Amino acid sequence: MAEPLLKLDDLAVHFTVGGALRGGTKILKAVDGVSLDVKPGECLGLVGESGCGKSTLALAIMGLIPPTHGGIALNGQAISGRDRMATARTVQMVFQDPYASLNPRQTVRRTLADPLRLHGVTNRSEVDQRVADMMAKVGLRPDHADRYPHEFSGGQRQRIGIARALILRPKLVICDEPVSALDVSIRAQIINLLDLKEEMGLSYIMISHDLGVVEHVSDRVAVMYLGRIVEQGGWQEIFEDPRHPYTRALIAAIPDPFHLVAASATAKARGEIASALNPPPGCHFNPRCPMKADRCVSEVPTLEAVAAGHRAACHFRDRVG
Amino acid sequence: MSTPLLTVDDLHIALAGDKTTYGAVEKVSFEIGRGEAFGLVGESGCGKSITALAIMGLLRRPLSLSGGRIVLDGEEIQDASAAEMRRLRGKRIAMIFQEPMTALNPLSPVGRQIAEMFVLHQGASWNEAMDRAEDALRQVRVPSPERRIRDYPHQLSGGMRQRVMIAIALACGPELLIADEPTTALDVTVQAEIIDLMAELCAAKGTAILMISHDLGLVANMCRRVAVMYAGRIVESQVAGAIFATPRHPYTQGLVDSLPRLGERSRRGQQRLREISGVVPSIAAYPGGCRFNPRCPAVTDICRSTAPDITPLPADGLVRCHHHG
Repeated sequence: MAEPLLKLDDLAVHFTVGGALRGGTKILKAVDGVSLDVKPGECLGLVGESGCGKSTLALAIMGLIPPTHGGIALNGQAISGRDRMATARTVQMVFQDPYASLNPRQTVRRTLADPLRLHGVTNRSEVDQRVADMMAKVGLRPDHADRYPHEFSGGQRQRIGIARALILRPKLVICDEPVSALDVSIRAQIINLLDLKEEMGLSYIMISHDLGVVEHVSDRVAVMYLGRIVEQGGWQEIFEDPRHPYTRALIAAIPDPFHLVAASATAKARGEIASALNPPPGCHFNPRCPMKADRCVSEVPTLEAVAAGHRAACHFRDRVG
Repeated sequence: MSTPLLTVDDLHIALAGDKTTYGAVEKVSFEIGRGEAFGLVGESGCGKSITALAIMGLLRRPLSLSGGRIVLDGEEIQDASAAEMRRLRGKRIAMIFQEPMTALNPLSPVGRQIAEMFVLHQGASWNEAMDRAEDALRQVRVPSPERRIRDYPHQLSGGMRQRVMIAIALACGPELLIADEPTTALDVTVQAEIIDLMAELCAAKGTAILMISHDLGLVANMCRRVAVMYAGRIVESQVAGAIFATPRHPYTQGLVDSLPRLGERSRRGQQRLREISGVVPSIAAYPGGCRFNPRCPAVTDICRSTAPDITPLPADGLVRCHHHG
């Protein structure tokens, strides 16, 4: 088996919140013991609702938040020991909001050229050439290079964001909700841009709450709930044979316009995601779970294999489905 | 057929710019029957939200009603006075907004905000109104309503706040509930619960719903009929099932085709999504003729010169296209 490009080993990111004046400090476990890997050329879908820790996980992989414990290794090398610049050449990120994530006072050329210069490409004509090539690749007109972000539409701005992530020819691109801020008629254009994966030899981590998008692009899928991975497996197993009740609830919650029937009421989750500051004991999902038993409160379920490459953290993983 | 509850007839809304006036909504007509759920779908800027504001009598400068009729239960309300509209709003037409945090008063406990409805519209005493507010919270399934009634909006989660909004909106048993992107700010599993709750309460009380959203799937699941808006005009209207099975306008066809559908990959393998080319035009630069023509795969000369008229479809449907398939 190929060496994984990215390997997370029991990764945890905890934040300390509050203070003596606010009734004492508390530990917020945004990411709580996540082990994952991404192989070269693979697209891993990371699914979960707001507050589940998926964006914190992304920032930790980018090296932008130090992990509390656990390891992050790129190409078999721990990133804590790696040069920050070398990490940037390997991992890049596309952000959700194309309005907030571009510097309004920089032209497209500057946005794309700065990373190149920082990483040692100083020949003027080579920089210009690579900027023009990259703009063409993401569907922008190279003669628009001297325009500012406000002169572009939301979809075009997201193309700039993608171009910026790809300009250093990274190996792994983390896309954090790349289309959810865009108009619906534009989303397909941006999702189709991910096809550059083959051409550029990329791996992706696709973070999204839109299961339709995740199913469309992912090779493997990991489902996150309150800081923990509750299920992971190949896209087909996750979508056709989900074993964790939360995965089933997520799938049941998607209105399927092509089958106008109500999803089975038993699959839907009740209530709302708990606060990560005060998660329920045992399985974090237990207050919302239609299958809750005493054991779910007393005992934390671990990720156990259901089939080869398919694991679920549910005491009743063999009964679900 | 009996008279519809709401008739919107040839509605025009003008947006006053610095020098010129733009047509933000043009020739919009639809009817909603009693107890019917009707969906209005479109992208940001297409005019769906200001259509709702016009029905509520809430258009403010630079927006103004520039033509057409709004008829509620046989009575024209487009020229009603501010005082008449105040009596109507909340009592007969209620509205739920996208962001419950900004729609609720942050300085007032939620129970009081619900009770206010009974005091203002039904002349109840505050004591009686507070009791009824507690019942209203129970109906929208807020846990321990006797305690929650004293909570301020910031103490509630997004989903709970939207439940409070629903309780306020349905307090006086309105005939029409307008829901403008009611779940866009919520997580998907919470969205499913809120939609179920709204549908269930409205069905029990016979309240009609005007559901406004950019999410075709959500609207089609909840509504009997759906109208699709693009750049200020309704381009197509059909019963919910038909709009997905046989979309007739190229824009609707494009939207339906561009959605990655759950389950599609295992049926047909991984395929490139069909794209709609181009971008949504800005109101200052609406193209002549059919407003979709620069993005349309079936565009011909007539589309660039002449705005298409309505072609009726079966079951009260319509499409506005020269080449409707």
